[in-house]
Amino acid sequence: MIELQHVTKLYPASGRPALDDVSTEIDKGEFVFLIGSSGSGKSTFLRLLLKEDDPTRGTVTVNGKTLNTMSKWQVPKFRRTIGCVFQDFRLLRNRTVAQNVAFALEVINKPQRTIKRVVPEVLEMVGLEGKATRLPHELSGGEQQRVAIARAFVNRPLVLLADEPTGNLDPETSEGIMLLLERINRTGTTVIMATHDYHIVDSMRRRVIELNGGAVTRDQSRGVYGVGR
Amino acid sequence: MRVNFVLSEVATGLRRNLTMTVAMILTTAISLGLMGTGLLIAGMISDMKEIYYDKVQVSIFLSDDVSDEQRSAIEQQLSDSPEVASYLYESKDEAYARFQQQFSQQPELVQNTPADALPESFRVELVNPERYEVIAAEFPNGQNGVDQVRDEGDFLDRLFSLLNGARNATIAVAVVQALAALLLISNTIQLAAFNRRNETNIMRLVGASRWYTQLPFILEAAVAGLIGAALAVGGLVLTKVLFVDRTLAGPIKAGIIPPVDWSAIAFISPIIAAAGVGLAAIAAYVTLRLYVRL
Ligand SMILES: Nc1ncnc2c1ncn2[C@@H]1O[C@H](COP(=O)(O)OP(=O)(O)OP(=O)(O)O)[C@@H](O)[C@H]1O
Ligand SMILES: [Mg+2]
Repeated sequence: MIELQHVTKLYPASGRPALDDVSTEIDKGEFVFLIGSSGSGKSTFLRLLLKEDDPTRGTVTVNGKTLNTMSKWQVPKFRRTIGCVFQDFRLLRNRTVAQNVAFALEVINKPQRTIKRVVPEVLEMVGLEGKATRLPHELSGGEQQRVAIARAFVNRPLVLLADEPTGNLDPETSEGIMLLLERINRTGTTVIMATHDYHIVDSMRRRVIELNGGAVTRDQSRGVYGVGR
Repeated sequence: MRVNFVLSEVATGLRRNLTMTVAMILTTAISLGLMGTGLLIAGMISDMKEIYYDKVQVSIFLSDDVSDEQRSAIEQQLSDSPEVASYLYESKDEAYARFQQQFSQQPELVQNTPADALPESFRVELVNPERYEVIAAEFPNGQNGVDQVRDEGDFLDRLFSLLNGARNATIAVAVVQALAALLLISNTIQLAAFNRRNETNIMRLVGASRWYTQLPFILEAAVAGLIGAALAVGGLVLTKVLFVDRTLAGPIKAGIIPPVDWSAIAFISPIIAAAGVGLAAIAAYVTLRLYVRL
């Protein structure tokens, strides 16, 4: 479960808060869209959940852990329970698809045996079973995003954070990515996705949290992107 | 921890910014080489102190026209004096023989020195070397067959202050070089971290431990430090073989300067290696802490 209590985030450079007294709860296994115009604080919201940054005020709790009081050396362990996907994929260019996914397991000391077993499994799940030895630049954008999702999911995280994962993809490819995220959600993983893509939000009818100037202006289960659109 | 992964990261890192790596290694080598030289000089100084200070503290040179009575009067006075621990008589012939031996490498000097040019003397060891003045007062210069009383300790003090100065200067330059080396290491590590920011960013996101993320960088610096240390030791060996053993062979044989032993180099080599590796690793660690978000 994820809980934000009166969370305010002020970046040193700017006077206006990026998040302004945000309080919300997200249950285990939920699928949540985070929407709002550019600069409304969506990425900041996700960064706080990952403890990439600390809130200026308020408390953030993720998977039963209060992030405010978490010490530095505990952060890596915590992040192993969270998966992340971004608009720009963030793959390693000189490693193959399989190596990119394996990298996430190698650097947290998973045994080679396990890696050999789970990497093909997860590649099959995201639909890349025939492309394990390709390099990222030999893949389409949609395929690259699937690699990134495979990497985020291979360690079976409790929460998947996706920051505009379809931002660089055409509608059809985006749909495939969304099917994949839904499938991951059905395994019990909480998915929180920041997006500007109203087609997706409107067609999926999941919970929608709308931010405006850093404040929550709407929180609706089975919501749509916007009224009058 | 996956050794292969870490080692390949280290190798890639060192190769990727080769010019910086070379600069870092060379500066480290020079610094460590100077440090080693300083240590060797320090060892030499303490060897020399043992050779010289124990022997003679005061020399009483006798005038050419000293009579037998005067000589035995002086000897009597020395053996009666409570200030004197021991004394040794050196005749003109003995003085000349010692002179010949000391300057055997400079035959012209020996040839141009007549056999009776060197004075006879008493070499006196004092109970308390600081009490030179008392002895000097007992044997006024130019009286009773005494030509001159000389405080050898004073000469040695000046000699050793010169050597200490050389040692300190060497170490000072070594320290300045070490600062340059540390800055270069810090810079190289920042560059390496920047070059590998994609990898480290992903490592951070998927929850790799800080230690795991930092280790390749720290090892990279440590390897460079070790190579620098090896070069420094190589430099010391060359200096011994090509300079000390050749150019200084004469004074060393004459016992004026102690030789630089292989054992001395063998003794300081691990110190140099530890200093190189340790400083580089610490510099890298601090750099990562201060400047790089891992
Ligand atoms: N590192 C930072 N330093 C200073 N200000 C920042 C920083 N990151 C974000 N901001 C500011 O915080 C506010 C919220 O930014 P955020 O990135 O969370 O918005 P967003 O909703 O993700 O926007 P977008 O839809 O364009 O991705 C913006 O005003 C932005 O300028
Ligand atoms: Mg954003």
